[in-house]
Amino acid sequence: MAEGQIPIEEYETGNTKHKWDLKKLKFAHRVIFEYNYKKGEIKRGYANRTLYLNLTKKEIKEKPVTEDMKKKFTGGRGFGLKLMWASIKSSTRWNSDENELLITTGPLCGTTQYPGSGKSLCLTISPSTDIICDSNVGGFFGPYLKFAGFDAIEIQGKAKQDVVIVVDGEKGKISVETAPLEETNSHLINEQLTHMYASENTDKSRQKVSVVSAGKGAEHSYWGCLNFSFYDIRRKLPRMKQAGRGGLGTVLRDKKIKAIVTKIEKFDGVSNNPADPIALAKVGTKLHREIRDLDRHQCNMRAVGTVHLVEIMDEYDLLPTENYRFGSFPKASKIYSPKFFKHFTKIIPDGCWHGCTMACAKTVDGFTVMTGPYKGQKTTVDGPEYETVACCSNMSLWDPLWVLEFNFYCDTYGLDTISTGTAIAFYMEMYEYGILNKERCDGLELCFGNGEAVMEFMHRIAQGNKGEFTKIAAKGARRVKDWLIKNAWGTPQLIEDCGMESKGLEYSEYVTKESLAMQGGYGLTLKGPQHDEAWLIFMDMVNNAIPTFEDKAEALHYFPMWRTWFGLNGLCKLPWNDVEPANNAETDEPSKVPEHTQNYVEYQNAITGWNVDKEELILQSERCYNWQRAMNVWLGRGRRKDDWIPYRSMGPVTEMEYLSRKDRYDKQLVEKLGHSEKEVEKMKIKEKIELLYDYRQAQYQKLADAVYYRRGWTPNGIPTPQKMKQLGMDDPKMLKLLQDKINEDEKAGLNVWGGKYGKGEKPPNIHLKYWEKW
Amino acid sequence: MGIEVNGRKVEWVKNETVKYLLRRMRYTFPLVVVKINDKIIPRKDFSDVIVPDNSKVAVIHMISGG
Repeated sequence: MAEGQIPIEEYETGNTKHKWDLKKLKFAHRVIFEYNYKKGEIKRGYANRTLYLNLTKKEIKEKPVTEDMKKKFTGGRGFGLKLMWASIKSSTRWNSDENELLITTGPLCGTTQYPGSGKSLCLTISPSTDIICDSNVGGFFGPYLKFAGFDAIEIQGKAKQDVVIVVDGEKGKISVETAPLEETNSHLINEQLTHMYASENTDKSRQKVSVVSAGKGAEHSYWGCLNFSFYDIRRKLPRMKQAGRGGLGTVLRDKKIKAIVTKIEKFDGVSNNPADPIALAKVGTKLHREIRDLDRHQCNMRAVGTVHLVEIMDEYDLLPTENYRFGSFPKASKIYSPKFFKHFTKIIPDGCWHGCTMACAKTVDGFTVMTGPYKGQKTTVDGPEYETVACCSNMSLWDPLWVLEFNFYCDTYGLDTISTGTAIAFYMEMYEYGILNKERCDGLELCFGNGEAVMEFMHRIAQGNKGEFTKIAAKGARRVKDWLIKNAWGTPQLIEDCGMESKGLEYSEYVTKESLAMQGGYGLTLKGPQHDEAWLIFMDMVNNAIPTFEDKAEALHYFPMWRTWFGLNGLCKLPWNDVEPANNAETDEPSKVPEHTQNYVEYQNAITGWNVDKEELILQSERCYNWQRAMNVWLGRGRRKDDWIPYRSMGPVTEMEYLSRKDRYDKQLVEKLGHSEKEVEKMKIKEKIELLYDYRQAQYQKLADAVYYRRGWTPNGIPTPQKMKQLGMDDPKMLKLLQDKINEDEKAGLNVWGGKYGKGEKPPNIHLKYWEKW
Repeated sequence: MGIEVNGRKVEWVKNETVKYLLRRMRYTFPLVVVKINDKIIPRKDFSDVIVPDNSKVAVIHMISGG
């Protein structure tokens, strides 16, 4: 035990204790179908097989992982894409019988020597976007799935009644069992199933069980997340991490899965069977020491987690407040990290997988719930993380206790905090303008700052409330936009500009108005506006390190590829750049953290026995990234129109926004649009807004041109067959599909650059079919 | 008379130290690396080093973000 930590036996959470009649719950289970498998060995990071279940056909089988599959798709999210390509159709939608829910691992997943190595990658066709959504998550499930014998679990079909799926790595048995009596909300069912499936009545035994569930909110909304448990031996309860984005939990509940359980017999530091354990220990120890020595002087992740970002974003006008209208707010200091540090349980290690020294998963124990079905109970809140806090600033909720309340119910109801918060912030703005009102909101006064109304709305979602607003609003900002426009409530342009979604997915929590590169980081993405592909705000807006379109395009090539790599391997991104070597600033490319990039080269080689270099790491990602985009094209999207973003993310929509940053915008009209100061002085605000509107939208189109070109895509955003062949992705069906879609675009006149280029400017290439010369 | 800060033209202020330039630019983030004409200025010298006229200043924010 490290200095300053609390001994296991001395800590009490103060939470309300639950008593379960586990025998009664278990007795009600009926095994619908099951499958025995031979337990295997992990070889150099791979279990070398995946697990397939079809709930409609009551089928379970193993699928082999071939060397070709590893070469092309590496693992994790890549394996998920490969498996989905073989199993779904271009017409598959989120609630189709053949839609799949995948939880994948990756060759480095489950390692305990290198921080941040316990991530699972989940994939499905999203209810929000109709394309593939991938989401990464901590917790024990991914590593345990691999140690139970599988690199991925692939679930197709739907059960007729609520079931749990049990992957028993002790016995080598998979079973699908009815589960009529268990709770649905995650903080309860995860506890019930952890106790039910632990082999012995001990904490150590419970620590070998991990549960994936989604709550009642996931059943009735498109924001369903998956809660992955990790049993906390000190707090004596299963805590949770979320695969939040894109409605994975909605799909889980649509398949009538109440939970997925995996349990293992044992694991240790060499369970991943590394090819070179000494090299692995060496590279891991180096990073452990770095985190120990430098974190407190850098991001302070070990003390406050990602919440440290709140005050920084507020200072730099990037913290979304009142639906992204502003980037800072006078009340914001009420939710700065010290306010949460006060509530966090301290001196208990907080990693969501063993061996993670960064340990950023914070908790508030003994939190007294203020509303809803658990009102008055004391519980553990996992978090909050930055995004959850910023969701609350976006809704103008400035009390840390309301942040914790929102956090707790989002988690246990299985609602993604980001989509929920961003969508509600949009509804609040519409309420302020009278486009929504109390009557149209089923009696809710959904105005900025009304925490009670936010919680009531969430409780109604979880109850399956049949009110028209609740039903539509729970499907997200895109559906509400359509509903408002259909009813002719408000002007369509205002509604489209203010609702912060792209592709149907709600934005995560950064104001991007002054960073064109970050606008691309949200829009020119595979699944939608999530910051896990690229986070370029400071590099672009503050450091001004990528001033040209070409510079921005290079960043929007490199960083999405690099960040994709973590998801192929089962890793967390945070140890890459949330701690940096002391001399990182003196390197040629500090934003890439070169020393840590080299760590990952050595790490992957040490586990797999390969001999890759840093260029090969990018190639691994590029193969899968292009494949996912190609699948989006196959599913009917993945074009320029799908990469469009709402104007609120580009610039000021309303006069109030303009006036709040008048000096900044007036200066831009002079410096960037070439108007004289006198001209600007005479202009009405409306006129100024319109000038910026046209200018900034044109800039975004030029950015898209540059990025598509850098990525080797057509001017309409389709990966070219030539690019795919270069990457070794030579599936004839895929290549033909892409060529057919390019031909369709050609006929429709869509194969043209989107930017308007004036004197002295030129598009990325004068040849529209530049790739044909490759 | 003027300087460049992160590629943007900024008015030069006589006898202004790095510390006060950061304050004027509202660069409050503590983890910044400052270079003047490509030479790194150690953090301990921020209060002493005067920013010369016509200099190119880079203030690199070492923030990782989301």
